[in-house]
Amino acid sequence: MSAHGSNHSQTDSDNFLINSKGFLSWALTLDHKRIGLMYLVGVMSAFCLAGVLALILRTELLTPDKLFLTNQQYNQVFTLHGAIMVFLFIIPSVPAALGNFLVPVMLGAKDVAFPRLNLSSFYLWVVGAIFFLSAMLYTGLDTGWTFYTPYSTTTQGPVVAATMGVFVLGFSSIFTGLNFIVTINTMRPPGMAWFKMPLFLWATYATSIIQVLATPVLGITVLLLAAERMLHIGIFDPAYNGDPVTYQHFFWFYSHPAVYIMILPGMGIISELMSVHSHKSIFGYRFIAYSSIAIALFGFLVWGHHMFTSGMAEVTTIIFSALTFSVSIPSAIKVFNWLATMYKGTVQLNTPMCYSLSFIFLFTIGGLTGLWLGALSTDRPLHDTYFVVAHFHYVMVGGTLVGFLGGVFHWWPKMTGKMFSELWGKISCLLIFLGFNITFLPQFVLGSRGMPRRYARYVEEFQELHQWSTYGSYLLGIGLFVALGVVIHSLMRGKKAPPNPWGGATLEWQCSSPPPFYNFMSPPTVNDPYDYTPLEYHGPEQGWEYVHPAQQPVPQTHPVPAKS
Amino acid sequence: MLLADKNATFWFPPAASTFAEEIDWFFLMILYISIFFFVLVVGAMVWFAIKFRRRPGYEGDSTALHNNALEITWTVIPTLIVCWIFAQGVYGYVDMMRVPPDTLDINVTARKWDWSFQYPNGAISDKLHLPNNQAIRLRMRSEDVLHAFYVPAFRAKSDVVPGRVTVMWFKPILEGEYDLFCAEYCGDQHSEMIKRHGVVVHDTAGYEQWLVEAAKPPLNPIAHGFWLYERQGCKSCHSTVEGKTVVGPSFARSFGQTFKNSKGEDVKFDEQYVRQSVLEPQAQFREGFQKVSQMPSFQGKLKEDEITAITAFLQSMKDDAFLQAVADGELSEADKQGLGIADDAKAETPAAVTN
Repeated sequence: MSAHGSNHSQTDSDNFLINSKGFLSWALTLDHKRIGLMYLVGVMSAFCLAGVLALILRTELLTPDKLFLTNQQYNQVFTLHGAIMVFLFIIPSVPAALGNFLVPVMLGAKDVAFPRLNLSSFYLWVVGAIFFLSAMLYTGLDTGWTFYTPYSTTTQGPVVAATMGVFVLGFSSIFTGLNFIVTINTMRPPGMAWFKMPLFLWATYATSIIQVLATPVLGITVLLLAAERMLHIGIFDPAYNGDPVTYQHFFWFYSHPAVYIMILPGMGIISELMSVHSHKSIFGYRFIAYSSIAIALFGFLVWGHHMFTSGMAEVTTIIFSALTFSVSIPSAIKVFNWLATMYKGTVQLNTPMCYSLSFIFLFTIGGLTGLWLGALSTDRPLHDTYFVVAHFHYVMVGGTLVGFLGGVFHWWPKMTGKMFSELWGKISCLLIFLGFNITFLPQFVLGSRGMPRRYARYVEEFQELHQWSTYGSYLLGIGLFVALGVVIHSLMRGKKAPPNPWGGATLEWQCSSPPPFYNFMSPPTVNDPYDYTPLEYHGPEQGWEYVHPAQQPVPQTHPVPAKS
Repeated sequence: MLLADKNATFWFPPAASTFAEEIDWFFLMILYISIFFFVLVVGAMVWFAIKFRRRPGYEGDSTALHNNALEITWTVIPTLIVCWIFAQGVYGYVDMMRVPPDTLDINVTARKWDWSFQYPNGAISDKLHLPNNQAIRLRMRSEDVLHAFYVPAFRAKSDVVPGRVTVMWFKPILEGEYDLFCAEYCGDQHSEMIKRHGVVVHDTAGYEQWLVEAAKPPLNPIAHGFWLYERQGCKSCHSTVEGKTVVGPSFARSFGQTFKNSKGEDVKFDEQYVRQSVLEPQAQFREGFQKVSQMPSFQGKLKEDEITAITAFLQSMKDDAFLQAVADGELSEADKQGLGIADDAKAETPAAVTN
């Protein structure tokens, strides 16, 4: 038999999308795939909202003086933009949406270890999101997403309600992380040793560790902030003998590791995409896997670089600078390994691969511009300027968002059973790539010339660069809109997807597209996740299929490479 | 065109302090290193994507899977480079932290949403005036929330943390006027803390002359009141233009009016009300302003005669000629002459302040 034959759903009615119907069959589902899709819809809605807010901000910045937003409105809009993007989109985007769908299928399992916890984490996200949004929209939060004291303890805005929203969202994140750690530890199928796992799972595992260890600190921080605001316990507000820098330490002890919650899963996606679409085993598997863990661990030790100008002790500042540089090395190693994966491969430039190459281009810029900010002397003038804004958008948008979109396109046929338009997919990628660069490259120059962040008004020398940035953001918005159009068109009119349209060797490509609600009829055979030799292309209708029987008649501990 | 602008380059504002040369050189070094690696990465990516693309008659070779020598090379070389960048960054940083001896010390107060600078001779100004080629040490305090003192032309920045005194130093080397920014988000009018040409670097003689002038309050109580209005931070919230609300109500044509307070009672804007508002600003609010009022008390900061001077200034805010003169937010010497409130140039100075 071919390795996957029995795992295709025999009838369409087993398809997880339609095997049960009605609102409650989704609202109360324990199926990780349905929960993943609901997360996908949720995070995409949050992203659309925050994206529109970004366009409003960019439009206001067309002129140095007021165009249509008052200072206060501008502050509320940038707070909403940042807070929604961070807490409601980037953090849950890859782990909760794609991770939920993929982790069990990549493990050849039926579901995550705790399906009920998984559903509760989705509802916590929904409750947290509603709480958070209504709090912010009710009177308008204007603290920035960082809630820096003493501004946040003295402003009129709904700080306590918003921080409680963050608190609830934190639990959602912790539950998801916990679930993945247990799932990956206990549910790997026979034959899938740690170093036989797809790299996406390594990245998810590293991310989950950060989620479980760091998020409680955020919870503590927002509780203390609420206590300071309501009870004046005297920890963060100098008016009651507190110290605002203490708050910054607390906040960034979570929020810097959170940066790696945001980027590591994106890196995991790219590791999969580079290998599958180069049709060649990943180069330096162990280095990529270890570098994910290294990033997760080092990520806990570098929070101080957000506070280089806050007046920390000199020695502390220097130590944080050194640690910050150390975390740059594992990221560089990943980039070099991805490039080497393409070397002598068979590169198929389809939509997911185009996003993947965009990721490398943009993430490289994002990573390299970190050098200026990690170096203490160049950080002085650049800290809290548009240089920083451009830097983290290159990492968070150029990295995570582009990686996320690449992942969505890559696994879209698996999730929905529909193919999408390759031409329009590539056009969306090109528009996003161009729009993004036109938006954020000028911001590096703005920053080095001295334009501070979070300014509703600015001096007129900066206008030309701001206008470039705004026009770029419109192009970026159009590109994202086209991408949305591509997936919606695919849902309505897309051709039926074969089980394995790209020639992937990880287990999710062994079940049908979309998978049946039970994922696999019988436990799938575990192969090397990046061995493409037994796969052969049978045209767009059938996709890729295994030609050699992958199972050996005699039990062996190691699969025999087909080439020998 | 401003004098300083011709000194700006594509990447940098004018290099107006001793820090600029070292930081700008280092910035460009990192830029060249980054361009090298960027070209390497993207060049390899594009080349591989073209050379190894799927096409008829081409077979990939999947044997190149790992190479420890290569892994070590591309780990060690970037490590060495970032070590150098780290060390060079620390070198420049230590320079910025070591305050040299013989500095000119200036106290800085940041508040929502203005700066105030206090000089050794007691002068206070809302712009920072400095002598050229003299190391300056700033002792910075905040009255309310976080602010950050940032002069791009000096490549100098430091957060101003409430509850702490933050010290920073720099040495200007280029005469001119430079922008001063607040770089840490501080609320509603954060971007109004842009002080256009807010740092003025004079030659030594020019600085001395300015300093003497700045320490001398006008004798005329109305001019003195306006002088305090400019220096004590009133200006950052109260405008001199009728109907223009910055944060608090405008001062124009307020005096003598009766208005409603937040409890709906009628209050007359008179001498007693001015005194109360200065010393106990939270006692009663004008209707509609109770939510925005974060006005600090000036108890202990203003002496009785200074409150009297402010009252005199507010009283003259009923006068059309005076309103016209201060509509631009300034009260020039010529304006004072025209209004007849200029001091005799020979008058002795301190009498008005020290009783």
